[in-house]
Amino acid sequence: MSQPVSTLPLCEARVAALVAGVVVIGAGQAGGRAVETLRAQGFSGAITLIGDEPDPPYERPSLSKEMLHVTDQETIAWVQKPEFYAANKIDFRPGTRVAAINRGQHSVTLEGGDEIKYGALIIATGARVRHLNLPGASLQNSHYIRTLADSRALRQRLVAGSRVVVIGAGFIGLEAAAAAVTRGCAVSVIEIGSQPLGRVVPAQVGAYYEALHASHGVKFYFNTSLARFHQRDETVIVETGTGDMIPAETVIVGIGVIPNAELAGNAGLPVERGIIVDEYGCTADKFIFAVGDVAYHFNPLFDRHILLESWQNAQNQAITIAKNLTSLAGAVPYAELPWFWSDQYDVNLQMFGLAEPEADCIIRGNPKTKSWILFQLKSNRMICAIGMNAARDLRPARDLITMGAVLKSEELADISVPMAEILRREKRERALVG
Amino acid sequence: MSEAANFIKLCAVGDVSQDLPFRAQLEGTDLAVFQIDDAYYVTQDLCTHGPGSLCEGYVDGDEIECPFHQGKFNIITGKPTAAPCTEALKIWNVMVKDNKIMIDPASGHVATP
Repeated sequence: MSQPVSTLPLCEARVAALVAGVVVIGAGQAGGRAVETLRAQGFSGAITLIGDEPDPPYERPSLSKEMLHVTDQETIAWVQKPEFYAANKIDFRPGTRVAAINRGQHSVTLEGGDEIKYGALIIATGARVRHLNLPGASLQNSHYIRTLADSRALRQRLVAGSRVVVIGAGFIGLEAAAAAVTRGCAVSVIEIGSQPLGRVVPAQVGAYYEALHASHGVKFYFNTSLARFHQRDETVIVETGTGDMIPAETVIVGIGVIPNAELAGNAGLPVERGIIVDEYGCTADKFIFAVGDVAYHFNPLFDRHILLESWQNAQNQAITIAKNLTSLAGAVPYAELPWFWSDQYDVNLQMFGLAEPEADCIIRGNPKTKSWILFQLKSNRMICAIGMNAARDLRPARDLITMGAVLKSEELADISVPMAEILRREKRERALVG
Repeated sequence: MSEAANFIKLCAVGDVSQDLPFRAQLEGTDLAVFQIDDAYYVTQDLCTHGPGSLCEGYVDGDEIECPFHQGKFNIITGKPTAAPCTEALKIWNVMVKDNKIMIDPASGHVATP
């Protein structure tokens, strides 16, 4: 854990927050965790939480997983129980959009025209799905997965025996494909790249997921672009760039997200992919912060800015920045190793770090089974670890990566040596040296 | 503490180690048996946030990290120590006798915040 450091600019934001309150734009996981943390830290100033969805903050991972598997029950992971906000004097405004940030006036203008003053502003507007730009494709015949409403609408469509086409073999597309298969649908997946998950994991893991889905009857179309959608009554016919015609009752699109950075950009704050912030979540305006999917943030572990679209980042960045805004002890930089998970069929994937195409890959266990790990090393230091059904054995990798431990690939590949033991040894050696 | 007669056996001392908690059962409910140094502790196995089994989790000192979302609890008190967990675990009084780890089923309780 990094030591708190004193940062003068944050002191001004702290004082301003106490005097004029904190406004949080965006009531997703990040926005919810930010206001929860402010109150947990004893912050007594005004808090306004503005969200464009009708619901209080909830966690999104289940929208492409558990939510799609059944139609008769919902297990929504609320960030806090709905009554929490009023009980903690948080002015929660659902179904509300912000039209503009007025930096000169320290205020935001709502779409209805109301103006709300802020001492400190936290932008947690997240990201929106990238839409298909294709002749014949519309919001009526293409399902996207981002909100509770999206997931509720889609799960009604996954009727046994129906045909489903998934556009994009990323994590969202594959999770939806697994859900559709589980519901008894016939599923095809169309992907522009040469294998699943090509942009985020090494080829071995992509190949594993290709085989996993194929074993459940999923038909893949790789290296395949789209030409247009044809609507024939209740059926969508997906015409590919190579002339294939694939009929479906339901089309699911998972081709990535776009950070909702326009509000910040229009207010003159620097935007590059997302809103540019430092390791304290601070934008170019010392009274304005950005957290979660929308924050292109400087991460000291990587010594560069990164954009993370993950549950962990939304939660922990928001918590860190909210603590910094209230803590008199000083500020702590947000420097977390990325962590991510995906559930498909009976396989739980977890990933620490960011994979790099040129790194060495070491396999622990047998990829022909349901439980194995892939480590990536650069100059004998671990940079990434991806485990399939191996949560406990994988977990020490998080510390080994952040420690920068120099490791032997033969040992990592040897399943008879527990990862916990390797970590203990590395910690011991460090304690001796330190 | 109650009479020994009220205690029922969950497992043997050898079933649990510092790294590997043991999943025991009490009247159909899964319990997690932990070892911290020379002492043993019992909590509910199911995370209070989601469907994670704490026995499959990662023990770090006196904390258990859920394998599902990396929320954390203090093993001794059951209190949540890291997000997303906000509700405490149920815990039981433990007695070790003749290499057997036993609990008093009536002692199950949740720490108040």
